[in-house]
Amino acid sequence: MVYGIVRLINFAHGDVFMVGAFLAFYAVEKFHLPLPAVFALAAGGSAFLAVVIERLAYRPLRNAPKIAALITAIGISLFLEYFTALHQVFGPNYYAFPRPFHVVSLEIGGITFTNIQGIILLSTLASLGALQYVVYRTKVGRGMRAVSHDIVTAGLMGVNVNAVISFTFGLGAALAGVGGALYGIAYPQINTFMGVMPGLKAFTAAVLGGIGSIPGAVLGALIMGQSETMTTAYLSSTYRDGIAFVLLIAVLLWKPTGILGKARTEKV
Amino acid sequence: MTLEVQGLTRHFGGIKALDGVDFRLGQGELAGIIGPNGSGKTTLFNVITGIYRPDRGSVSMEEGDITGLPPHEINRRGIARTFQNIRLFRELTVVDNVRIAHHPHVRYGPVDALLRTGAFYREERRTRERVEAYLSIFSLQDRRKELAKNLPYGDQRKLEIARALASRPKVLLLDEPAAGMNPSEVGALMKFILGIRERFSLTVLLIEHQMRLVMGICERLIVMDFGQVIARGLPAEIRRDPKVIEAYLGMPVGGARGDESIER
Amino acid sequence: MNILANIAKAVLPFAVLSGLLLFLSAHEILNPYWVQIFQLSCIVAVSALGLNLIYGFTGLFSLGHAAFYGVGAYTAALLTKLYVGAYGDEALLATGAVFLGSLVAGGSAAALLACLVGLPTLRLTSDYLGIATLGFGVIMKVFFDNADSLVPQLGGARGMTGIARMTGIPWAVAALVAAILVTRNLVHSTYGRALVAIREDEVAAAAMGVDTFRYKVIGFTAGCAFAGVAGGLYAHLYTFLHPSTFDFLKSFDILMIVVLGGLGNMSGTLVASFAWVFLLEGMRVALPPEYIEFRWVLIPLLLIVTMLVRPRGLFGVREFPFLRSKVYR
Repeated sequence: MVYGIVRLINFAHGDVFMVGAFLAFYAVEKFHLPLPAVFALAAGGSAFLAVVIERLAYRPLRNAPKIAALITAIGISLFLEYFTALHQVFGPNYYAFPRPFHVVSLEIGGITFTNIQGIILLSTLASLGALQYVVYRTKVGRGMRAVSHDIVTAGLMGVNVNAVISFTFGLGAALAGVGGALYGIAYPQINTFMGVMPGLKAFTAAVLGGIGSIPGAVLGALIMGQSETMTTAYLSSTYRDGIAFVLLIAVLLWKPTGILGKARTEKV
Repeated sequence: MTLEVQGLTRHFGGIKALDGVDFRLGQGELAGIIGPNGSGKTTLFNVITGIYRPDRGSVSMEEGDITGLPPHEINRRGIARTFQNIRLFRELTVVDNVRIAHHPHVRYGPVDALLRTGAFYREERRTRERVEAYLSIFSLQDRRKELAKNLPYGDQRKLEIARALASRPKVLLLDEPAAGMNPSEVGALMKFILGIRERFSLTVLLIEHQMRLVMGICERLIVMDFGQVIARGLPAEIRRDPKVIEAYLGMPVGGARGDESIER
Repeated sequence: MNILANIAKAVLPFAVLSGLLLFLSAHEILNPYWVQIFQLSCIVAVSALGLNLIYGFTGLFSLGHAAFYGVGAYTAALLTKLYVGAYGDEALLATGAVFLGSLVAGGSAAALLACLVGLPTLRLTSDYLGIATLGFGVIMKVFFDNADSLVPQLGGARGMTGIARMTGIPWAVAALVAAILVTRNLVHSTYGRALVAIREDEVAAAAMGVDTFRYKVIGFTAGCAFAGVAGGLYAHLYTFLHPSTFDFLKSFDILMIVVLGGLGNMSGTLVASFAWVFLLEGMRVALPPEYIEFRWVLIPLLLIVTMLVRPRGLFGVREFPFLRSKVYR
């Protein structure tokens, strides 16, 4: 979503995810908040962080060569990772994430489910629904779509481009924050570098499914998740990280803009 | 026959950008393509120069069929072009822009470049001399070290033509060379195009909306609308052709005025 | 201009510099630790010059550079290890020929892989190429982790040990000087101009007769070959290889160096490479022990500030005199 609007690969996305997980950790561990509040805190905190980053670091570079913004994104990513890893902050160790509720297993038709998986599924669907609604049925969403087509013209047509971009970063980060909280609940170990791989895979999933397409992003994520799990099961877990990228390259060679991506033809 | 196009057809999604276009250019001719916006003129150039492959039809030169060859191959066969939206190498200097066109003609290999042999220095000197020659024809030699993006608009158009010429083409395709020019500049451009056609023995095909230029220097016209050739012939005939008038004005009308640029 | 005269002019700085350093370190005026850091800087600079060729000059956004560095490292190390296994230490140390051969092999392996990867992926547009090369980098790391199931000497996830310490000042400096000369001579020739034209506007470059795809592959392959040679030198400097040295984060390091120095600027790449290595090491020494990890907080901050203040990199477009074009002034 962020890429679709500002053409920036936000390398700091995974670290915002990590911040969300840590916020959720503190919400549960220190404040014993109920689950919806945990998510709200994770989403809100991450969104706030992302908006600050955008204002301070990305906006000034909007007219600079694109690579400057990209390098800045990498810098922010590294900074977030290492700063939080300092002993004075969170420290480099893993924290055990406490389960905010009891784990319940259900068995349906021979397949075992846990309520954790149920919550993850429901949260994902809810987020997806909310996102579709915002992008396609609100004024700000229309602004986002306009900016993704032509930022200059959108501005000339009265779209408050700065606000739209900030909002997009915030929204994307909120989702990442919720993702981080879910991740903490599901794999109960967090650490300041946990966002690196998920951030990368998030972007890869988006590209796989087609940049600019929300269903595409979900499709990409599903495909990647499935292939990773199957690789771990049938081949070996050491190949797990690799398989996602083999898939990505294969898809890009077949469809250079991703599975559901819209080709942007350049007028010559 | 220097350039021949037969039955060129090209779709983009549901749109038929080119629909059975044919024409033929003889050596040394100066022909023009006119038509309303969106009639497929630039697409025609793009297909001829290999940027797009046609769905049907062929492009050929005297030496043979060149349909579907990649753009750099087409350039080496002797067709050079300018672009509607000026595609200069903006961050490079005037000199560097023209120099690149000499690349296919350079007579040294990578080993010469790496070892800095005599052949390398000789060829680089030769390149410099050629580039200077072109720049002085276009009166750009004083600006040789300026970045292309900093040139005034008119000079940028001139530079693009200089660059195209530097690739030593037989056929020069100019896409709206007079765009954005005032009447006196257009007059100078007209003389200029006639001059270079003479001096470099070129065959010139240009796309233009400015009727004064088109009527003034083109020996023959091809009129396009909706991807098809709707009329062809001498300028004087074309300006009276009712089909042409209808295409430009959207309705049948008697009489014609062709002085200013016609937009749909 | 005489080829011999040119070569003499090239050898001179190398001879002077390495002679000086050898003298100083032999007489223990220089701390051997810093001498090693200097050699690492040379190696990083070679790799960075390669990425500059790929991204700075040709405009190809490659995020997998560390993978090619790794391929060169493992290839060269394997060859010398096998040689020692067959003929013993003495034979290896006797002449530099085998070591040189291993470096060439490392560079060639990287080049070959670059060709294979490049042929399908160089048709992608910039950001997608970045993601594809990033993905390739991750795949190679997975490969390095599991390489011992193919060839046990490669060590896999436990790392490869027992590599001979062949890299010395003369080798590091020679490689750097060679890399600088090759880059400079290529850039200031019609080949370099073709690459830059592709970076500026691929469509226009093709229309002017440049075979864009071919040159993209050439630029990419050449840059990756630099990385391969640098990797080989690295392997024989630290004598231990671990897959984590070649993961995608290391590709970011090299990218940052090239961008900081200025894309398409050789002088900038050189300065940035040395500055990066010396700053990192310098901070490790200068900072008190509890604050050592601050260097990874300070470096990104420095990076962010530099980008905000000078988005085009420290050097922009100006080059040192010896790196400028002498052909057309």
